Amino acid sequence: MSGGVDSAVAAARAVDAGHEVVGVHLALSRMPGTLRTGSRGCCTIEDSMDAQRAANLIGIPYYVWDFSERFKLDVVDDFIAEYRAGRTPNPCMRCNEKIKFAALLEKALDLGFDAVVTGHYATIVTSPEGDRELHRASAWAKDQSYVLGVLTAEQLAHSMFPLGATPSKAEVRAEAAERGFTVANKPDSHDICFIPDGDTKGWLGERVGTETGQVLDRDGAVVGSHEGAHAFTVGQRKGLHLGVPAPDGRPRFVLEVRPKDNTVVVGPKEALAIGEIAGSRFTWAGRAPEVGAEAIPCDVQIRAHADPVPAALTLVGGELVVHPETPLDGVAPGQTAVLYSGTRVLGQFTIDRTVSAVPVGAAASA
Amino acid sequence: MVVYLDHAATTPVRSEVIEAYASAMATVGNPASIHGPGQQARRLLEEARERVAATLGCDPIELVFTSGGTESINLALKGLYWHRQQDRRRAAVLAPAGEHHATLDTVEWLERHEGASPLWIPLDDLGRVSLDTAAARFADHGPDIAVATALWANNEVGTIQPVVRLAALAAASEVPFHLDAVSAYGHLPIDLADLRAASGSVGAGGLVALSVSAHKIGGPVGIGALVVSRAAVVEPLQHGGGQQRGLRSGTQDVAAAVGFAVAAELMALERTAEQERLSALRDRLVAGVRATVPEAELTGDPRERLASNANFVFPGAQGDSMLFLLDLAGVAVSTGSACQAGVPEPSHVLLAMGRPETEARSVLRITLGRTTTEGDVDDFLQALPRAYAQASRAGSADRDTALGARP
Repeated sequence: MSGGVDSAVAAARAVDAGHEVVGVHLALSRMPGTLRTGSRGCCTIEDSMDAQRAANLIGIPYYVWDFSERFKLDVVDDFIAEYRAGRTPNPCMRCNEKIKFAALLEKALDLGFDAVVTGHYATIVTSPEGDRELHRASAWAKDQSYVLGVLTAEQLAHSMFPLGATPSKAEVRAEAAERGFTVANKPDSHDICFIPDGDTKGWLGERVGTETGQVLDRDGAVVGSHEGAHAFTVGQRKGLHLGVPAPDGRPRFVLEVRPKDNTVVVGPKEALAIGEIAGSRFTWAGRAPEVGAEAIPCDVQIRAHADPVPAALTLVGGELVVHPETPLDGVAPGQTAVLYSGTRVLGQFTIDRTVSAVPVGAAASA
Repeated sequence: MVVYLDHAATTPVRSEVIEAYASAMATVGNPASIHGPGQQARRLLEEARERVAATLGCDPIELVFTSGGTESINLALKGLYWHRQQDRRRAAVLAPAGEHHATLDTVEWLERHEGASPLWIPLDDLGRVSLDTAAARFADHGPDIAVATALWANNEVGTIQPVVRLAALAAASEVPFHLDAVSAYGHLPIDLADLRAASGSVGAGGLVALSVSAHKIGGPVGIGALVVSRAAVVEPLQHGGGQQRGLRSGTQDVAAAVGFAVAAELMALERTAEQERLSALRDRLVAGVRATVPEAELTGDPRERLASNANFVFPGAQGDSMLFLLDLAGVAVSTGSACQAGVPEPSHVLLAMGRPETEARSVLRITLGRTTTEGDVDDFLQALPRAYAQASRAGSADRDTALGARP
């Protein structure tokens, strides 16, 4: 129970469904702030008090479990290391994978619980064969199945998402108000919870450091300089401050971030189009699909709120390879690709490499 | 029915207290008012002050009602510190490690905001303050020590400190000494005059102030007392109407004072017999824990400890996991002192005793009180092995997880 409206209503619904429920708030920082600020929706003492008040009203016991050490190692340090390596991580997915459905779930199972209930908007469906499957929420706009794509069969077997069938967030807020929860109108959280002021670039700069490096075009010519490759993300257009204009005078975008030699590669928008993504670190959300060298159809989604794109999936030599029917925009290594079959989440992989849909030199003549 | 074994946190208010409190609350009158109702309120208040003072061996004028232990400690430490800066600068503050947070945080505040330099006295592995170190500190820094303080009985591990000897060291250096008697209250005989005599405290040096809180002995929450010897000068923290020797301005809570007085008198009457009873119950509990969970280790001084206190390290299990499991089983115990967000922190007392953080996170404090029965102790002992086994399985929150491991 983060102190937000979703987990409060999820807990209440689990109680209504007849389960014996205990409210748990995760302490993810040893030095929590006192009051909520900006669009952070968790991790202050005020949020912890909000969660406790909701638990009081539901009539369930409430405890704070301290996972601050694990959170630092598995989420915060990982976030910094990934940026250092030139990749773009998703810390919320990492938290689901390593904290909520791992450290928390495991401790809960050991202490005698059966499942972890969260306020995520996603659905668990039991297939005719009796397998637990992860599906999108019925309200497409709120669907959070992407950030749960990392869950495995074992984790899904002990997870409950009571909000999955809710038509909209407005209904959850209305239900919270009806139940008398003080958090009914609490703003949604947007920012990364461990970056207090929402200034991700500044926060990373302090930890990763700044070092002047070169900005190159696709042919390797130096077109500018920068103060640290980690500050750039693939697809970025603003803030490049390039000294040399493009020959055709068109805007340029970040195509690639190379942390090893601290360089950033820029090029025309067309060159952002990615025709192939691949990765060898993958998990299946439940029963694994039968996939090999022969392509099977799926949909691929590369960001929490991106549209899924129909694609062909193969598994060759331990590496998943996805060819989208239409090129993907702004894909960076380190991002997670979640694979769907209709509304069902098949699994996910971390993107290790991408192949441009437009070869070098083609963009200029295009 | 919940088995309540956290009496050191707070203990049930006695029915006699509730009755007296409610009846006093029904009378109108500000004790500072001059008219009849004011005088009637004043009479109730001063009678209460006399009754509490009689149980603490001090004159009524020496007893200042406060909102509780934390305020008393703040008033004593800051008030004495400030006064001691009047004639010349004295920056040092002497205190043992492992004090209650009311002391630790006040001393740290004085360090940050007033430039004080704390002299922390280490604890040994039984939680006892090192008298040799204390003596050396007084010898080295005596004239520069503004104030010295010590917790009589540790609120977590129950170890009783040689406070008379500490006060004697302070007296010899003419340093004012504050005694935090909040956790000792109701358990140890507290008599300011005797303690001053025993420690050779004369005038403004040695034992001059003493803190207690009513809710630790079955009185209401929200009232405590700072006993300030006539000889000592304490600067006030709050200013206003000049009530209570000008030391603590603010309209006085007559009903709470009356409730406090009733609790104090009953405690004084029953204390000796009650301590014998609790001591036997505590020994039964300790023996039972050793029999059912042999891995458990009693912390603190095995002999010189509060009769109501048992504190164990349960190796391999987190204290908060055990608290949680016992709570679900209907037994309320504690891991020590909890911070306001309820985030379990390693016991600062065990850390001060030189224990590693893993042990300081594996602590459970069981404290008995007036309502505790043999049946309560047995219920706890029955629930304990299962809670320990399950909490051991869950282990440390920092452990590696099998779930969610990346391929």
